[in-house]
Amino acid sequence: MHFIKDRFEYLFKSTKGLILVAIAMIGLETALFGMLSGPMAEFGIRDIVVRLFKMDLVQAEREGRIIILYHSIAMAVVAIETYIITAMLKMKAFYRSTVRVLITVGYLSAMIFGMGFAYWGHLWPFHGLYIAGLSLIYFAGLLLAIALWPWNKEYYQPDKAYARTKNGVDMERVAFFIMSVTTLISVLFGAVPGSSFGNGFQTFLAENIIRSPEKTTLQFSVIGHLHIMLALIAIAITLIIGRWLDFKGLLHKIAMPLMILGTIVLNLGVWGVVTPLEPVAHMIIYIGATPSMLAALMLVIFGWDKFIRQGIANIDKPTPWQKIKVLVRDPLKFGPLWQMVFMNFTVSGIGIMMAVKLDEIFRLWPAREERIELTGHWHILSAIIATIILLYYGDMIGLKDRVRRWYGWAIIILSDLAFASVTIFEIKRLFISEAEQQPLVNTVMLLADFGLGMLLVILAMVMIWRLIDLFKKKGRWKQEIEQNDLTVEVDI
Amino acid sequence: MKPASWSLILAIILLTACASVNLNAPISTIDTGVDSEAWVVIPAGGFLSGQFDDPAAISYDYEIMVTDVTVAQYVNFLNTAVADGSLTVNGNKIVGFYPGDAFHGVKHEVEIPAADYIFVSLNDPASRFSFDGNQFNIMIGYENHPMTNVSWFGAWGYCGYNIYRLPTELEWEKAARGSADNRPFPWGEEIARNNANYYASRDPFEDMSTVGSRTTPVGFYNGQVYGGYQTLNSASPYGLYDMSGNVWQWMGNIYEGQHYRYMRGGSKDTYDMDLRIWVRNNATPTYYSPDVGFRCARGGG
Repeated sequence: MHFIKDRFEYLFKSTKGLILVAIAMIGLETALFGMLSGPMAEFGIRDIVVRLFKMDLVQAEREGRIIILYHSIAMAVVAIETYIITAMLKMKAFYRSTVRVLITVGYLSAMIFGMGFAYWGHLWPFHGLYIAGLSLIYFAGLLLAIALWPWNKEYYQPDKAYARTKNGVDMERVAFFIMSVTTLISVLFGAVPGSSFGNGFQTFLAENIIRSPEKTTLQFSVIGHLHIMLALIAIAITLIIGRWLDFKGLLHKIAMPLMILGTIVLNLGVWGVVTPLEPVAHMIIYIGATPSMLAALMLVIFGWDKFIRQGIANIDKPTPWQKIKVLVRDPLKFGPLWQMVFMNFTVSGIGIMMAVKLDEIFRLWPAREERIELTGHWHILSAIIATIILLYYGDMIGLKDRVRRWYGWAIIILSDLAFASVTIFEIKRLFISEAEQQPLVNTVMLLADFGLGMLLVILAMVMIWRLIDLFKKKGRWKQEIEQNDLTVEVDI
Repeated sequence: MKPASWSLILAIILLTACASVNLNAPISTIDTGVDSEAWVVIPAGGFLSGQFDDPAAISYDYEIMVTDVTVAQYVNFLNTAVADGSLTVNGNKIVGFYPGDAFHGVKHEVEIPAADYIFVSLNDPASRFSFDGNQFNIMIGYENHPMTNVSWFGAWGYCGYNIYRLPTELEWEKAARGSADNRPFPWGEEIARNNANYYASRDPFEDMSTVGSRTTPVGFYNGQVYGGYQTLNSASPYGLYDMSGNVWQWMGNIYEGQHYRYMRGGSKDTYDMDLRIWVRNNATPTYYSPDVGFRCARGGG
């Protein structure tokens, strides 16, 4: 009994245990449901999985299933970010523990019962529990926003090296707070259409109605919701990585107001899609995205500069090559920032190119081609965020030496190989005709599948290692159970 | 393994992406026994439309072709219409007159004024016909394959030349689904690889290592065995073939504020999800592709 109680305490009460559970759940879900589409369907794996697990897949409900799948994965990611935020930022113990309990019960309920409802027939109590799970997460978000209230003097920033107001209000905390509050508001843009289901609203995937010139308000609301939620998850991870790397100094002082401004304007633009501002909403979104991305750029500059300075501290006259070597010496520290840079090639760059050349190029192609760009674009952004979390997690659990390097570089190289391949697949029509594309498609799909597949294998290895560790009396889990400060590394 | 070895492996893999594709690789000629000249009558009445089974009704009887228009039928049209001056050769394309659409200036809408527009290209290597400057000829083996690489104007022109028309989306959907139930595919609830020609469906014309998916002859999925390949009879309740898969089919609708033309049915190049009856695709009317064809309707409307 003691054995189970101790492990339960680690998995559901400690920061690192909670994060481990959420990563394991996402890994399991991705591995299982990833076998239902794309190349796995081509190879016939889908049919085997459907039969083996006795799934009940009604053709007309595919879009609904996918929406629940996306939500259940996203909720676990939001939970991970929340665990980290509650560990990193000062707050009352009551809020920390209550937020964690609510969001843990919430995402597990949403994931287990939501997927049960979506893929195994329609047991409506499961749907109720799915909604209850989402509601608990929302309530956790409300409490988090209260806990983050930056104008509480206890949370003022005494150190002038960090962004703060004249009175001492911690601007970074304001950025976290604004991110939380705008998330709570943006959630409603999905919840309201969802609650109207069957009463003027029907399930759809945004990429399928992209060319429809007349969208309903509820459709606009959903489109705004899905865009802003992913953007907010990205903003949250950027702030988290900044805190992890102890982002400070002049760049921090410039970046935090930019991040706050960007978050607010970005949200206003998205909320504007359901108002008469809709025609100019995209312009407002661009205006909001710019300061947010500039803030992220400043974090990258700060981080890389810091790594180089630390690395060359003992070298008299470092050469550029030595600087590069020290920059990339630790993939777990270099990686998250590199992934943010890489995102510009595979996500932002493609998005900007599409916006600029939409009518001249992309809208000359059939809608199904445009769909590939849209879905590829945001799948990559989601996956990049996941890799950043995995890199940070590797550091959090104290990977060292060769394991640290292999784990870090494998995540960076394999994921970037996959993302680059998917990006080539997205824009292939720019340089190859439909009739002649098959060898190219085969190659990029092979590379993408290899990259993502191996990434899952690495994740599985880490999870198995951690599972075995749980059976040890004095395993890593025993040390991690007390470590709420995520900068503390396990030393075994 | 050293980084140099990894780089070499990656370089070799990348080189495979540059392999050329023989678009004129010979194919076997297969007679499916399905008559591409046949039509069926779709009676007036109600049916369930779309993904969410919205009640819909068509108030008139109309006829629709049992199969997609074949390469042979279209080549015959090209020879006749160019000879009588209805179509003209304009550089590397065959063009025909289209009277234009009303323009509403909606965002992203492109004006389609009265003018000559492309029907088919004469220099696209993926086309299944050739032109010697005088005569259009069918590529051997493709006689009874669906006509592809034809623009919406080319599809509209073919139907109009023969005093037919392109079906509307609603007409097409009823013809595909029938009026008895809400089936997602013309043949029923589920899809198997030998129900239709779609991406990686492993039909005898497909070679995913080189050319990828190719069209199958019209009416191929009729329950017959072809050289050991067993097909399932996948006719719609009204007896239409290839309403899901093989090639997207151009629709006749012209929507206010849009220049896009819609397509239905999915194709050899799409996953099975796009073969569901309610799935739509669209493109500019000048667009043509090896996975887009059409069939005609007549009467009613």
